[in-house]
Amino acid sequence: MGLKKKLHDFKIKNKDKKWLPAFSAIHTFLFLPDETTHNGTHIKAADDLKRTMNTVIMAMIPCLIFGMFNAGYQHHLALGEIQAVTGSFFSAEFWTMDNFMVGFWKILPLVIVSYGVGLGIEFIFAIIKGHEVEEGYLVTGMLVPLIVPVDIPLWMLAVAVIFGVVIGKEVFGGTGMNILNPALTIRAFLFFAYPTWMSGDKVWVHGAVERDQAIAAGENLDAISGETILGVLAQGKEVAYSTADMFLGFIPGSVGETSTVLILLGGLFLIFTKIGSWRIMLSSVLGAVVMGLIFNQVASAGIISDSSKFYGLMSAPFWEHLIIGGFAFGTVFMATDPVTASQTNKGKWIYGFLVGFISILIRVFNPAYPEGVMLAILLMNVFAPTIDHYVVQGNVKRRLKRVKVKTA
Amino acid sequence: MSNDIRIKKGLDIKLKGEAEKTVEQAIISNYCTVRPEDFHGVIPKLVAKEGSSVEAGGTLFYNKANEVIKFSSPVSGKVVEIVRGPKRRIDAIKIEADKKQSYRDFGALSLDSAGADEVKAKLLESGCWPFVKQRPYDVIADPEKSPKAIFISGYASAPLAADLDFTLQGKEAELQAAVTALSKLTEGKVHLAVGRKSNSPLAGLTGVTLHKVSGPHPSGNVGTLINKIDPVNKGEVVWTVAAQDLVIIGELLLTGRFNAERVVALAGSSVQKPRYFKTLIGSEVATLIYDKGVEKGGHDRIISGNVLSGKQIKPDGALDYYSNVVTIIPEGDDYEFFGWNKPVFNKVSTSRALTFSWLNPKKEYDLNTNTNGEHRAFVVTGGYEEVFPLDIYPLQILKACMYKDLDEMEALGMYEVAPEDFALTEFVCVSKQPHQKIIREGLDLMLKEIG
Repeated sequence: MGLKKKLHDFKIKNKDKKWLPAFSAIHTFLFLPDETTHNGTHIKAADDLKRTMNTVIMAMIPCLIFGMFNAGYQHHLALGEIQAVTGSFFSAEFWTMDNFMVGFWKILPLVIVSYGVGLGIEFIFAIIKGHEVEEGYLVTGMLVPLIVPVDIPLWMLAVAVIFGVVIGKEVFGGTGMNILNPALTIRAFLFFAYPTWMSGDKVWVHGAVERDQAIAAGENLDAISGETILGVLAQGKEVAYSTADMFLGFIPGSVGETSTVLILLGGLFLIFTKIGSWRIMLSSVLGAVVMGLIFNQVASAGIISDSSKFYGLMSAPFWEHLIIGGFAFGTVFMATDPVTASQTNKGKWIYGFLVGFISILIRVFNPAYPEGVMLAILLMNVFAPTIDHYVVQGNVKRRLKRVKVKTA
Repeated sequence: MSNDIRIKKGLDIKLKGEAEKTVEQAIISNYCTVRPEDFHGVIPKLVAKEGSSVEAGGTLFYNKANEVIKFSSPVSGKVVEIVRGPKRRIDAIKIEADKKQSYRDFGALSLDSAGADEVKAKLLESGCWPFVKQRPYDVIADPEKSPKAIFISGYASAPLAADLDFTLQGKEAELQAAVTALSKLTEGKVHLAVGRKSNSPLAGLTGVTLHKVSGPHPSGNVGTLINKIDPVNKGEVVWTVAAQDLVIIGELLLTGRFNAERVVALAGSSVQKPRYFKTLIGSEVATLIYDKGVEKGGHDRIISGNVLSGKQIKPDGALDYYSNVVTIIPEGDDYEFFGWNKPVFNKVSTSRALTFSWLNPKKEYDLNTNTNGEHRAFVVTGGYEEVFPLDIYPLQILKACMYKDLDEMEALGMYEVAPEDFALTEFVCVSKQPHQKIIREGLDLMLKEIG
């Protein structure tokens, strides 16, 4: 009880200080504040923004841990030190301490930089603008390390986080006011500023870039290639991974995006807790399936020849699109961001469908960089207010019609 | 004729401390307090000066903007104090009650022969008019305008609300007189709602359109009723009267007396013996809580009204002009270690984010006044719609009120709503925004700008 009283006294004593929001952020992290209702409702429901954000983070933790194992596994596999796993999710080759430690020491710094830089900026803005530190970055900070390649240099990540938080969020007024998903803004910045670190066949496996540089320096080594499945398909080559590998996540890719099964579990958890929108998730999958089916038909009807550079991705079975690349992760954790998604229930159906639809569209028609989820979500973020506008207009029109019926 | 209205969206908040169905005569309050702020938007022009005597039903003040609307004293006695706030605003009128009450005689009205103008004049003169409210704007009705319909809800679905089936028992004659009189004031219908399974004394009234409502709160809110039956369009007016006020109106019409007596529930988890009292409008709450009420030295919130839209009052405060429930719950001004992420079993939530009220929907909760989190910008979407049954977009209309876009407020349905319609969305709000205040300010702005 001593701590509680001390912190409270400290807050009261320093209540005029400019830096108080920084203290409050830590104080309210430890203790749910002693604020009471005034007039209005005298009682309030248990949920607050911290709890909401925390629920999303909990849903992502399995992906993070899996990502650490997978980073080490891909690294060791590429070096030829271990055998590929066979089928089962609990393969002994995968869940080794060796794998985990490699990933842990690679990914922990990403998490620290992401949170350190991002929250630092949030604190500074809170103090300058004199408001409380809002919780939006708690989720963004966890998303960022999960959607970048494992070998991304930390300084690049720091620069991107600064850009994403300041330009993507704070200039609009902070949490709740932004147009674009901040985590995807950060990723988009990295993608356009440092494309060589964000795409190609060298960045997805830890050590590949280093090895390349060593070879360039004249050392006699085998190059490590760790292409994503999308990259392989885009080049029309044979995919070396089984469907089970893709679904379970034993494939190269951004840190947290590979394990569809864990993302699915996280998504179900978010739906069950009513934090994530099932409307967006479901309609996004529907959109992707529809687009995938259209492409399958185009490919099988012979409208494009198999020499076309789009043929590889177009002919990939429609369901495969759901379990490769960043589609599942984007749908569950990024498209559902309530601030940047559509805010009306009907709008969410439209928004989600288009996210899925356009994701696959961009993915297939962008063979230089065969992934479209990020761009599709950012694009739909921009259009979400427009979708909402038309949905709300429907309600407005109904209301106006009521008057006309009366007067007629 | 009976029409069923079923509400699916909403939330029943079950709280401890429901009033037991026994009525006690409250001890007579020595003082009676009338607060002009109970009548939203009214600027009072005093009639009763400090030191003067009034009869029960005698005019205390009238509305400066519309002088025919008079406000009556619930008791006979001597005006002992006019409490003033900043800029000499009248905060309260305090009357010392006579030992023997005397009533001003307004004369009974023969309902068979009386026309609309006579009814209106009688209600205005006697101070019963303030019980008639209007939408748009949720203020006292403008007697010049003719409403397209009148709505009365006889079903109280709010948490710990006074059970109207119980409090209106035996008042059939007064209720009938009141609705008969009201039906003369509108060309449309008088819509009356009762609970689907209730044995409300209201159900037997004639000259009304009866609706049976069911479903979670806010199924009993008059705003829900209006929205489902005959929503207010631009340029239209509907009137609403609270069911318990029909009794006062009815008694006036039958006997000519303004009898401010009302059956009031004393409820809430801090009350030792929650029960019903017969008391007068403006009575000190101390007369209700001194015996088996709250614990001495307890740290409690006393609310005149229900927990969702009532007013906070001090222990020496008084029952307000419209409420028929006094709720007392514990204050919650304490910290809770890691309260934002640990599993919660003792609070109500509509989510399942480690909150477990969904496991046990019948459980009664002991909620305090803690906000359970800090005020934030609107972030989460979709939660309001689950508890908001009106055909209106709640988040969008709240935002329109915040940035004061009158055209948008009008288009989104501002004429149809009252602050209490947004009580549940405020309760569930993750960002802890003051929805009812936002709506009230929006309505005030529209009233001022559009009228």
